[in-house]
Amino acid sequence: MAIEVRIPTILRTYTGGERAVEGSGATVSELIDKLESDHPGIKERLLENGEARRFVNIYVNDEDIRFTGGLDTAVADGDNVVILPAVAGGAV
Amino acid sequence: MLTIDRATHDAIIAHARRDHPDEACGVVAGPIGSDVPARFIPMLNAAMSPTFYEFDSGDLLKLYREMDDRDEEPVVVYHSHTSTEAYPSRTDISLAGEPGAHYVLVSTRDGADLGGPVEFRSYRIVDGEVTEEEVHIVDSYADDGFTDVEATQQKAEH
Repeated sequence: MAIEVRIPTILRTYTGGERAVEGSGATVSELIDKLESDHPGIKERLLENGEARRFVNIYVNDEDIRFTGGLDTAVADGDNVVILPAVAGGAV
Repeated sequence: MLTIDRATHDAIIAHARRDHPDEACGVVAGPIGSDVPARFIPMLNAAMSPTFYEFDSGDLLKLYREMDDRDEEPVVVYHSHTSTEAYPSRTDISLAGEPGAHYVLVSTRDGADLGGPVEFRSYRIVDGEVTEEEVHIVDSYADDGFTDVEATQQKAEH
């Protein structure tokens, strides 16, 4: 079994249009490195200066990783990971 | 062009009036590929700010799961500007993450909370490029093109 990663529309250009891909790793950080090796370019859209981007949300089993240890959040086979761009903006 | 029914159009404006002076935000979902904004979903502005909006991250996940389960997508993503025109700001452009959506902006700057006019405009935002589009209001989607005698294109009110 692998880790299922749901890919938002805006990042499907990196996954050949796939809505979900499989990944592996012991932490979110390792998972992202694996995604990058399978789908080059995607990492830069998720991280900035080695940190998760402010306006990209990553959830492990429905928990936002901001509240569970960030990129060090543990993942394991069978987990499901969802990536969603924040819906945000404003006048300034 | 954005084709939207009057009830949904009015609901977006009512939400913006209600939340003024904070920015209001939400989505109108529709069947994937339909381009029909069918299900109005007002969202909480977690930023509770007059100059910024952001869906709460938990609400966002719930919303997308629900749309997935119903084979829907966000046809319209809307928010209000409360002291500036209904045009995408630099922030709006850089954070626009739904290239297939119509981005609706409304402005409540002209006393909308007291019954004043509300500017209602729609845009495509793709790869940092903003393209304004016509807004076509219909009484119902079934009637579109046949009996939409009241259809109007709302222009910016300057």
